[in-house]
Amino acid sequence: MNDFAHALDTAASLIVHFDAELREIVSLSLGVSLTASLCAFVIGAPLGTALAVYRFRGKGALIVIANALLGLPPVVVGLAVYLLLSRSGPLGSFGILFTPAAMVIAQGILGTPIVIALVHRMMVDAWSAYGDALLVDGASRLRAIMPIMLIGREGLLTAFLAAFGRAIAEVGAIIIVGGNIRGYTRTMTTAIALETSKGELSFALALGLILIILSMTVSGLSLFFGRALTGR
Amino acid sequence: MNRWLRLSRASAIAGLVAATTFLSGQAFAQDKSIVIASTTSTQDSGLFGYLLPIVKQKLGIEVKVLAQGTGQALDTARRGDADVVFVHAKSAEEKFLAEGFGVKRYPVMYNDFILIGPKDDPAGIKGKDILTALQTIKAKAAPFISRGDRSGTNIAELALWKEAGVDIANDKGPWYKEIGQGMGAALNMASASNAYVLSDRGTWLAFQNRGDLLIVVEGDKRLFNQYGVMLVNPAKYPSVKKDLGQQFIDFLISPEGQKIIAGYKINGQQLFYPNANDPNA
Repeated sequence: MNDFAHALDTAASLIVHFDAELREIVSLSLGVSLTASLCAFVIGAPLGTALAVYRFRGKGALIVIANALLGLPPVVVGLAVYLLLSRSGPLGSFGILFTPAAMVIAQGILGTPIVIALVHRMMVDAWSAYGDALLVDGASRLRAIMPIMLIGREGLLTAFLAAFGRAIAEVGAIIIVGGNIRGYTRTMTTAIALETSKGELSFALALGLILIILSMTVSGLSLFFGRALTGR
Repeated sequence: MNRWLRLSRASAIAGLVAATTFLSGQAFAQDKSIVIASTTSTQDSGLFGYLLPIVKQKLGIEVKVLAQGTGQALDTARRGDADVVFVHAKSAEEKFLAEGFGVKRYPVMYNDFILIGPKDDPAGIKGKDILTALQTIKAKAAPFISRGDRSGTNIAELALWKEAGVDIANDKGPWYKEIGQGMGAALNMASASNAYVLSDRGTWLAFQNRGDLLIVVEGDKRLFNQYGVMLVNPAKYPSVKKDLGQQFIDFLISPEGQKIIAGYKINGQQLFYPNANDPNA
């Protein structure tokens, strides 16, 4: 129990002092995870909606694949992105391995199937309720995608937050492609892994508490603004 | 509906702009920087935290450290993903050179390995020489944690078993656990399960979660631990920053750099002993 009390103590004093290094780590964590989940959202939301709106052969298989990829192991994604971005890999000339950009790519890949699967599930309901009306109004299926997304917009926020939650809590992929470089690619989760390995267990736990607070703040703010925006 | 459409469009654009700024800011902020692949011991012992700000101040070079095991660090460099390697397994380093991935190996510093074990010393090996100690651990099947990750410490441990006449690959039992993780993780595990573990002295001195662990064997000359540094061969990978990398190496082996390494202490204890001038190191 002593460890937890000590961790709480450390977390409180970390938050009070909030030194430059912690600020850097926190802002990198937020920057990488928000960018990655935004990319996942921009790619995944239209695709998930299209899966609900269009009818074509092989659609069932695509839906199964998107749902199966919800369980995509971060460490495998990390390794695959690592091999692609390595100087000896096909995309090596960009030189972005061990940079925040590489971390965004890995987390974007992890987040995209989450957005697709969740948005698809929500849009199926919206489409069965409003789809016919939209088509009767003379819209093509392509033109119906934007309106139907607007109708189901509250669900979109949930999908975005799910992708963000996956990203901000993730360590397996970013520690491989980012390298946990101090002051450059060190995030909250990789810092926690490092402090644990140094035997600084209560400091690691304190960082964990801050991460939880951070993640709750982002979710809270998004829901608040989401509500304000949708007017519900 | 229109209000929401405008808002969502505006926020999407704002988000993308923010994301792009974030990424490009990150990408272009680092012009005078090198990536070095190194071992967990140089980072976990705190040496880099002490040394690199000095390097930054004197040379203006931002050194980005990948703290991996020696085996993994050499592999990272083999793929061209680092400019410099700074590791501690001479045999593996010479192989790396022979394959043409490195230009030249420079000895930098040494310290020693130590055998860590529980305070009550169930195998009764305190103060013995390392070979007797390992033979006794094997005979009594006392719990032992191995890094199992091809790190410098792991390579040294395997060589010691061999020298002790124990064929560990075949003779290991449930008492011998290969955890495939870094030095700190191995120490954490030994601390939690009261096991023996081979560690470099630097990581041990900086380690905070010792529990009932202490040093049981030290000072055996077989426990010598040499660190070397190499520039990755720019002929293999033109992306290697050879000028900055060589500047960093030259600084490490210069009298000034050597003095700074000698000056790194934890609780008054020196962690690394510079020996760049020793041609046999």
